[in-house]
Amino acid sequence: MTEQTLPQADRRKRQLPQINPVYFVLAALIIAIIVMNPAFAEPIGYMNFLKRAAPLAILAAGQLYVIVSGGFDLSVGSVITLVVVGSSILSNNDPNSTWWVIATMFAIGAGVGLINGLVVCYLKVPSLIATLGMMITLNGVAFMWSGGSPRGYLTDQFRFFGRFNIPDLPLIRILPVALIVLIVLGFALYWLMHRTNLGRMIHAIGDNPRAANLAGVPVNRVRILAFMISSLSAVAAGIMLGGFAGVSTDVGTGYELQAITAAVLGGAQLLGGRGSVPAAIAGALTLNAIFTLLNFLGLPQPIRQVVQGLILIAAVAVAMQRRKHTGR
Amino acid sequence: MTDLTAPPSRYTFRFDRWAPALLLAIALLAYVVIALYTGQSQYLTVDNLISVLGRSIALGITAVGQTFAILVASIDLSVASLISAVSVLTSVIMNGNPAMVIPAVAAALALGLVVGLINGLIITRLEVNPLIATLGMSLIIQGCLSAFVSNFAGSVPPEFQVFAYGGFGSLSYSLIFLAILAVAAWFVLRHTRFGSDIYAVGGNKDAARVAGIKTARVTIGAHILCSLCAAMAGLYLASRLRSGAPWIGNDGVYDLESIAVVVIGGTILAGGRGGIWGTMAGVIIFSLIDSIFNLAGVDAFAKQVLRGIIIVAAVAFYAVRSKRLVA
Amino acid sequence: MKKILALALAAGLALTGAAFAQAPNFDDPAEFARQKTLLTATPMGPADMPWEQYLVDGMKDTASFKKDGPYTVCFSNAGVNNPWRVVGFTDLQQEVALHPEIGELIHVDAEGSDDKQIADIDDLLAGGKCSILIVSPNTTAALTPAVEKACAVLPVIVFDRGVNTDCPVTFVHPVGGYGFGIQGAEFIAANVKKGANVLMLRILPGVDVLETRYSGGKHVLEDAGLNIVGAEFTDGDNAKTKSIVEDYLQRGTIDAVWMDAGATAVAAIEAFQDGGYPIPVFVGEDQQDYLQTWQANGMTAIAPTYPTYQWRTAIIAAVKTLKGEAVPSPEWILPQPAITMDTLDKFVNPKMPPLHYAMCGCEAMANYPTAWGGQ
Repeated sequence: MTEQTLPQADRRKRQLPQINPVYFVLAALIIAIIVMNPAFAEPIGYMNFLKRAAPLAILAAGQLYVIVSGGFDLSVGSVITLVVVGSSILSNNDPNSTWWVIATMFAIGAGVGLINGLVVCYLKVPSLIATLGMMITLNGVAFMWSGGSPRGYLTDQFRFFGRFNIPDLPLIRILPVALIVLIVLGFALYWLMHRTNLGRMIHAIGDNPRAANLAGVPVNRVRILAFMISSLSAVAAGIMLGGFAGVSTDVGTGYELQAITAAVLGGAQLLGGRGSVPAAIAGALTLNAIFTLLNFLGLPQPIRQVVQGLILIAAVAVAMQRRKHTGR
Repeated sequence: MTDLTAPPSRYTFRFDRWAPALLLAIALLAYVVIALYTGQSQYLTVDNLISVLGRSIALGITAVGQTFAILVASIDLSVASLISAVSVLTSVIMNGNPAMVIPAVAAALALGLVVGLINGLIITRLEVNPLIATLGMSLIIQGCLSAFVSNFAGSVPPEFQVFAYGGFGSLSYSLIFLAILAVAAWFVLRHTRFGSDIYAVGGNKDAARVAGIKTARVTIGAHILCSLCAAMAGLYLASRLRSGAPWIGNDGVYDLESIAVVVIGGTILAGGRGGIWGTMAGVIIFSLIDSIFNLAGVDAFAKQVLRGIIIVAAVAFYAVRSKRLVA
Repeated sequence: MKKILALALAAGLALTGAAFAQAPNFDDPAEFARQKTLLTATPMGPADMPWEQYLVDGMKDTASFKKDGPYTVCFSNAGVNNPWRVVGFTDLQQEVALHPEIGELIHVDAEGSDDKQIADIDDLLAGGKCSILIVSPNTTAALTPAVEKACAVLPVIVFDRGVNTDCPVTFVHPVGGYGFGIQGAEFIAANVKKGANVLMLRILPGVDVLETRYSGGKHVLEDAGLNIVGAEFTDGDNAKTKSIVEDYLQRGTIDAVWMDAGATAVAAIEAFQDGGYPIPVFVGEDQQDYLQTWQANGMTAIAPTYPTYQWRTAIIAAVKTLKGEAVPSPEWILPQPAITMDTLDKFVNPKMPPLHYAMCGCEAMANYPTAWGGQ
């Protein structure tokens, strides 16, 4: 997380004050949690935390691609559900099936992202509606496929990514596989967004699609790719969530808004043009830290909702004020 | 892609205007065909068509308000929670006592007014994206509400239940109410200064500001109307369900569904174009779809799949001709 | 502006005060005692067919509803939005297949919305085809007017959740929420030491049948002198359930887990397994995945049930009514057996899907197990 949050592409933004406030917020929250519950500072405590937050972090990083390109992807929660339900049906308790099932799921994810992108780019349906329609449809598909109730179990091999801890390590004692997945995918998404031409084009499109088009950016192709990356990250999140907790028919519910919230907490600007993968991941960790803290404080669910609402509004309001002061 | 700035041709303009009616005609035709095909012609009476319209009163009332929010290039995700809050508030204040009907209605509308005002202020003064502002507001309302109640609370006296259950023959008061509300909304949008300001701000905020329109006030006004409509939908649901419960709004998915019907009715999500009759067509289309599914005995899961596809297809029906880039 | 705020504040205060006054009663000692007795009552009706049995005598003459077949049975369903309802609805469909006198089943699904279910019932009445109407209400209070309206024109059977009127022919349901809570909590009390730590996991607040399960369970646990370390809402979400249990394990020991519904029981058990803790005394429900985990790990456990076979009973009651045969009324109270360590083996079936509710009374039906998703 030592990376600067700015892409090379946008020279204008280089002069901004550098460190994203989300990191300070995250640090403060973690200190508060440790004060409340010292056990959190032990490996089991923070490793469990990271393991649980990993799916949302990957999801938020993927969602960021669509947000930066100027859209929304509301279908990610339903992709998660479809992945978990579909995998449990396809794998049919056969440990050997794991790899082809995972491959199939990524293929389905790519297909979903492709359709989202095509509908937005060529049918000109706003992404909010296009992905809302996809969300409703996929939830229905997951239900139809399973008959409304899970049809099988996920194999231990499949669940390895979300559930297994590598035991008996020096210093950190345990290392969840989910954390390794997060680091690998997080770095890949970071690199793609902030170190490649694709990332620069996504930023350009979100900033000003017309200008990007005139500058020769293949707008449609790039946007379709952004939707595909988001859906693929949802598949990865689905595999990890299914691994962590097993099968149910509503695993993905609510994750679309959480992912957008996390990206926004990380300073992503809705309607495009700006956002950072590490900050989105930090946003996801922050969201989880807030929930954990409220939990340790023993606050009931309704208060958690109110706090989440206030933080959401405050985060965006603060970001807007900062932006004004810094001249953009 | 190459011709981004082409002015809309006359043909496109007309198509936009008649598209909601066309979609409505298609839905109606599908309903008639399915009823005849499945041998259920008893569903084709006038009475029955009126009862089809009556399926979506709450959605209709909410969607009238949502039309204002979307026309001004905003959006309101807090309507579902507000509906729940209002239905609980009314039923608790009334608590079976007919004398409390008027105070309860007043309190409900006041709550709507306050929520709309706060939404509008957050969006205009703090410059928070409307999606986030109203999503946050929705969480706050829902949280406050569930802190106090977790089940049906209070009760609505029979005098107030008339709103949902009474009527002239098969024509219910609530349906008449919705019709009057729609006419009033149409009047405001087409024949008042505020209405034309909404189109101006929604179409191009900067141009509107240059033209001397107080854009913030217009946005706040639109949000107040939107929340007031949601409050009225909450009143209707309290009357229909005879009591208020904190899950009513979310169970009905009135936030996303109201946005969907507004957009199906041809109002553009980017703001500035569309109108109330399109929204009404969208509401009736939704009712017809529901009834068609019931007639054809479509199972609950297939319903969902079809509904998702229909929403996208209906919006694509207009949008595909647009030369704009969409977000 | 100030006026508005003042008004809102006043309204808010009024809401708070009145809401507390209005809270529905989920802690009714009389009902608790009644259900406790019913749990051990000897059922009437055919042995080994609990879906045709009834615990309280009192029959209703239905001669006035007698009609010649074939019947059109209309069913307004609150939804099939959870696995319990999926299993139940399959039970209902298969029961219909057993009755040649039923010509057609018209099923409308309200997808969990009161408003929609009211409209659905209106539609069914307007269609004029129904010989009888079966309603599984989404909520009790909201559906009462619609059911009353239906009662005026045709016989109505209500099951699962009730309505606030006795106009239906009968209301089919098992013993109830208190009974469920009592069965699990008594098992815990019998299997742990006094003062032991019990974690209570609940799905969500506000649902009548779940609130009474909690209240029933809590009473028994407290009376037994056990220490309830927490009562948490899981939203029925596996990941959240597992996280909650992990957090509690970080803070102290847990000697028993009580759950108000078993769909997430396996996730809760996994939290113990993954953390390297022994599995404590457990109260789940009759889902296959839980029963299998219980059997595989030789757990000390119990599974109270809210039997899905009541969906069969609804059809049976409808057919009896249309044939003019007497039915138990105003309530048809079904037995509500718990699955215990003695009867576990009878209910485990690895060929069934994970969230198949084993107390379905469906094993002997024609299309078992495929219609229920089994292999």
